[in-house]
Amino acid sequence: MFEAILLTIVTAATPLVIAAVGELVTERAGVLNLGVEGMMIMGAVCAFAGSYLTGVPVLGVLCGILGGAAFSLLFGFLTLTLVANQVATGLALTLLGLGLSGQIGESFVGIPGVKLQPIVVPVLSDIPFIGRLLFAQDITFYLSIALVVGVHWFLFRSRTGLKMRAIGDNHGSAHALGIHVVRTRYLAVMFGGACAGLAGAQLSLVYTPQWVENMAAGRGWIALALVVFASWRPWRVLAGGYIFGAVGILQLHAQALGIGIPSQFLSMLPYAVTIVVLIIISHNRRTTLINTPACLGKPFVPDR
Amino acid sequence: MKKLIIALAATAATLGSFTVGAEAQEKTKVCFIYVGTKTDGGWTQAHDLGRQELQKALGDKIETPYLESVPEGPDAERAIERMARSGCSLVYATSFGFMDATVKVAAKFPKVKFEHATGFKAAENLATYNSRFYEGRYIQGQIAAKMSKKGVAGYIASFPIPEVVMGINAFELGAKSVNPDFKLKVVWANTWFDPGKEADAAKALIDQGVDVLTQHTDTTAPMQVAAERGILAFGQASDMIAAGPKTQLTAIVDTWGAYYIKRTKALLDGTWKSEQIWDGLKDGILTMAPYTNMPDDVKAMAEETEAKIKSGELHPFTGPINKQDGSAWLKAGEKAEDGVLLGMNFYVQGVDDKLPQ
Repeated sequence: MFEAILLTIVTAATPLVIAAVGELVTERAGVLNLGVEGMMIMGAVCAFAGSYLTGVPVLGVLCGILGGAAFSLLFGFLTLTLVANQVATGLALTLLGLGLSGQIGESFVGIPGVKLQPIVVPVLSDIPFIGRLLFAQDITFYLSIALVVGVHWFLFRSRTGLKMRAIGDNHGSAHALGIHVVRTRYLAVMFGGACAGLAGAQLSLVYTPQWVENMAAGRGWIALALVVFASWRPWRVLAGGYIFGAVGILQLHAQALGIGIPSQFLSMLPYAVTIVVLIIISHNRRTTLINTPACLGKPFVPDR
Repeated sequence: MKKLIIALAATAATLGSFTVGAEAQEKTKVCFIYVGTKTDGGWTQAHDLGRQELQKALGDKIETPYLESVPEGPDAERAIERMARSGCSLVYATSFGFMDATVKVAAKFPKVKFEHATGFKAAENLATYNSRFYEGRYIQGQIAAKMSKKGVAGYIASFPIPEVVMGINAFELGAKSVNPDFKLKVVWANTWFDPGKEADAAKALIDQGVDVLTQHTDTTAPMQVAAERGILAFGQASDMIAAGPKTQLTAIVDTWGAYYIKRTKALLDGTWKSEQIWDGLKDGILTMAPYTNMPDDVKAMAEETEAKIKSGELHPFTGPINKQDGSAWLKAGEKAEDGVLLGMNFYVQGVDDKLPQ
């Protein structure tokens, strides 16, 4: 039973981690995209469509990634090229995503989906206890871990990552140094969109293999909050996502055991515990300020 | 495209007036407010099927605009008011959580008629309508007690409102009429609509050993998990057999169409009156999906119970019934009054959960 609980937690945490890591990159480049929920739901419907129409669930994952990235381009064009307000555009992106995905997905409602098959790593998956948990998962889980490791390396160990952080902290200076602010931001926005799309694919192909309108049910907003509470650090996003997932699942088990704690209190726990833990992790105000992209959400118009 | 426009209109309040179907102004508008999406596979889909039947039956005289995914709470008031303002003659608010918002808007628009599903607050121009879902829950409980090998069923509940508590109690009473030791585990998802969370709740219950699952939330995700784990389950609000062809035992299917047609006709005739309507299996406002994946004797038992409820011979809440703490509630042969059921805030004996208050 313990293993089953852990597997459920992994499934619940994975979409949050993926979407949050993507948004983290976008925000590190200084762009605040509140459209995560909309990009996620577009990813979910594209993934389901791709999987259903081709009969190959892995192609569905690809469609989800592409769908999310393409949808984020709309946000990029409006906020980076036309310099529209990022907060308003992000909210509009979410609303549009919810409506558009419902429209696209209308004919897929009620069709039982095909679950993405796990990729079992030989030998390693035979390790007692953790083997099946870590090495017999579907591709979205492996990608979520790879994304956290890769993004951490990219941001803090690579030259391009350093340049991108510089853009997020002071786009004027970065521009003066000859760094391509707008081009880099476009790529960061699309990376965020691709990740949100992948998270959506996980929802419609792994978590609950079906298409239901509005099936992200607020997970995009939780991912957004995770980025801030994790003070823009990838490993903390991973920790936050798993704490949220774990407490969310354990409170359901606590209820089923009938231990008598009011369910409203238990339902609040994932949010409360995640916030408290992440605040404790990032209690040092100075390092938190250093991690916060100083140009987050500010419009950039090159003067020449 | 029309749906997209509606979705945008629902949320972007600043965009201005609501103009669906403005081309035919002489037609009477009968409007619907949905809590979920019309294709959720459950509760809202059942209401939308009712709306479509209504549209088909009286389409030459009426039009039926609707708003989807209206959140319960302060936003609901704005959405309902927009409907009333846009020229609707009759507004159906189809979720319990719209109750107070509907009451407020009804007071502001005395000429518009309102009907609120599953609530208990009425007014001169505000009727309530409800379905005796508990009759179906009782039958489900009996089937569960026959089909469960472990004698434990899992119940995914939404919010601790009387409607849901009543369903849990009816299920337990039905189960106990077959197996007096039957246990019921309850998990509150605190949402009507979140496929992921509903699936998580189903997994938690199955991991804790239940082998029959029932739900009072809106999507087919629990049915899908039950199918994957190879246990049995009941559908909710709509027939969910497609999500679990080898899993669904039966489902409570809400069939609102006849009711909507009857009341809309009354509106057109000018005979509409504010009433508090609570119909059941015998009126056809709810039906049981085909009894599947069970042996013939269990099916026969379920059909017999259904017939007895329809004829009035059996009322699920007939004493002797004790409350959860063992204190007496109904004496032998005593039937629960509707008022008590509609305000139900306690469990009957045997429910393995503490009711959130």
